Amino acid sequence: MFKSVLDGAERGPAVTVMVEGQEVEAWEDETVASLLLRHFGTARLTPVSQSPRAPYCMMGVCFDCLAVIDGKWSTQSCLEPVRAGMSIERQNGAREVEQ
Amino acid sequence: MTTDVVIVGAGPAGMAAAIELRALGLSVLVADEQPAPGGQVWRGVERNNATRLAGALGTDYARGEALVRRFRDCGADYRPETQVWQVEEGWKVFLNQGGKASVATARAVLLATGAQERPVPFEGWTLPGVMTVGAAQIMLKSGGFMPQGPVWLRGAGPLPLLYAQQILALGGRIDGIIDTSAPANRAQALRHLPRALRDWRSLAKGARWMRELRRSGIRMVKGVSEVRAEGDERLTHVTWVEDGQPQRAPAALLLTHEGVIPSVHATLSLGCAHDWNAGQRYLAPRLDTWGETTRGGLFVAGDGAGIGGVDAAVARGGLAALGIARRLGDEVDGDKRAAFEADLSRALATRPFLDALYPAPEGRIPDGLMVCRCEEVTAGRIREAAREGAPDPNQVKAATRAGMGPCQGRQCGYTVSRLIAEEHGIEAGHAGFFNIRPPLKPITLGALAALELPEEAE
Ligand code: FES
Repeated sequence: MFKSVLDGAERGPAVTVMVEGQEVEAWEDETVASLLLRHFGTARLTPVSQSPRAPYCMMGVCFDCLAVIDGKWSTQSCLEPVRAGMSIERQNGAREVEQ
Repeated sequence: MTTDVVIVGAGPAGMAAAIELRALGLSVLVADEQPAPGGQVWRGVERNNATRLAGALGTDYARGEALVRRFRDCGADYRPETQVWQVEEGWKVFLNQGGKASVATARAVLLATGAQERPVPFEGWTLPGVMTVGAAQIMLKSGGFMPQGPVWLRGAGPLPLLYAQQILALGGRIDGIIDTSAPANRAQALRHLPRALRDWRSLAKGARWMRELRRSGIRMVKGVSEVRAEGDERLTHVTWVEDGQPQRAPAALLLTHEGVIPSVHATLSLGCAHDWNAGQRYLAPRLDTWGETTRGGLFVAGDGAGIGGVDAAVARGGLAALGIARRLGDEVDGDKRAAFEADLSRALATRPFLDALYPAPEGRIPDGLMVCRCEEVTAGRIREAAREGAPDPNQVKAATRAGMGPCQGRQCGYTVSRLIAEEHGIEAGHAGFFNIRPPLKPITLGALAALELPEEAE
C-alpha cells in the first residue's frame, strides 16, 4: 500500500516494536496507524459486523484506526507515534473497553 | 495550572496567535495532538525540510518552517501529543497528555483546531484500501510514504491536484483521477474570477498543476457517475459509469477527497451560535471581527472559523490574539490590526471562486449506502427513522444509533442532517446537527485518575 522514498540518514532512526507478538521494525517519525497500514493494511474489525477497517483519515476524526496499544483498547493509532518496545495489536470487535 | 490564554491546536492559526500573544506579554499554553508543531498543512515541516521531500512538497509547505521556528522560540508552554477532551466556561481546558488527565485554567481560550475533510459516502468507502487524500498526504509528510499501485484518486478540490503533483515530483505513480465535480460549476465560478485575480499567484499555481497533470499521462476521467470501490475484504477495483457504459480498473488504493469543513464539535458542545454556509453545506461558529464566539472569552481562528486556507489562518490567528488581549484589558495596536485584516482579505480573495467551483456534492444517496461508519447504519435506515419522527438528528440517532459511535458524528453528522431535511422537505441546514456532549474525545478512567481539580471546581 505504502513505501517510503526516504532512506539512510533522511529516514531517521529505526525502532523495534511488537506487533501481535512479532518483532517489527518501524521508524521514529511514523504513527502506529501508518505501521498497521503498511504491515496488515487494516487496523480493526468493526463491533457490529466484524468487517475489516483501515485507518481512513489519519488525523483523529474517523476512529477507524482503533487498536490495542500497550494493552489499552480503543486507542486512536493515528495519533500515537511508534516507540521502541511498544506492543501493538489490531482491535477485533469490542465496542468500547474502558481501562 | 493557570495561564492567561489556552490555545487548542498548533497549526498556522494557533502558532500565529501564540507568537502575537507572547509579544503582548501574556502567558500562553498551547495543546496540540501532534508530536510537532505545524498542523496538518505544515505537518513534519522541520524534519522534512532537511530531506528530498522538501522540493516535492513545494514552497508553500517549506515556508511553514519559519513560523514553526518563531513559535518554538516565543515562550509559550507548548504541549505536544496532548488531547483536549473538555472545555468549560470559566475557562477550564481539560487535557490528556500521555494518558494523564489535567486541567488548565485560563482567562480566555482560542480554538484553532482547523478542519477535517468533508465525509462523502460512496459505495465501498469503508473497505481497507480506501482512504482520504488528506490521509495519504499525511503518510507522505510523516515518513515519505508513497502510495503503491494501482493508485486511483476520486473527488474534487485543490488537494487531489496538489497531492498528485507531489507524488509525481517524487517519481511516484498515480494511475487515474476521477473528477467528481460538475462541469456546470465552472460557469458559476468564472463570475468570481475578477475578485479571485487579486490573488493571481494562487490561481496560476492551480492552473500549472492542471497542466502538468494533463501532460503526465495520468488517466483523467470526468463527467462520470456511480463511482464505487469494489473488493471483498479489501479494495481490488474501482468502477464507474461513463457515457452509460460501466468501467472497471484494478486498484490497490483509492484516495477520496471532497473538500474540507471546519471542525465544530467543541463550539457546538459549548452552545455557541453557528451559521449555515449553504454553498459549502457546513456550520461555522458565528464570530465577531476578532474571532470571538457568542460565548465571551472563547475565540476561534483558522479553518475552524470557516475554510480559508493557510494564509487566512495565520491572519485570523493574529487578529484573535489582538482580540483576546483587548478582552483582557490591553489596547489594540491599530496598525497591526489593519495589517492582519489586509492579509485576511487578500487570502480570502480566491474563496468565492473556489467555493463555486467545488460546491458540496448533491447527488442522491442510495438507500443501501452505509452512512455511519462507526455503527454501520445505512441511508435507508436513516430515511426510515426520519420519516417516523420529527426532523431532529437526535431522534434519528436514538432510533438508529447513527452518530453514537466513537467518532461522535464527525463522519455521518452532515449526511444524517441532509437525509432528514430531504425526507421532511425542508431546506438543508434547517434540520440542525447532533447535540454534542462531552467528552469531546474519549478519555479512560485510568487517565482520569490523575486529574487534580482546582479547588473551586470540587
Ligand atoms: S485514522 Fe481516522 S482517527 Fe485515526
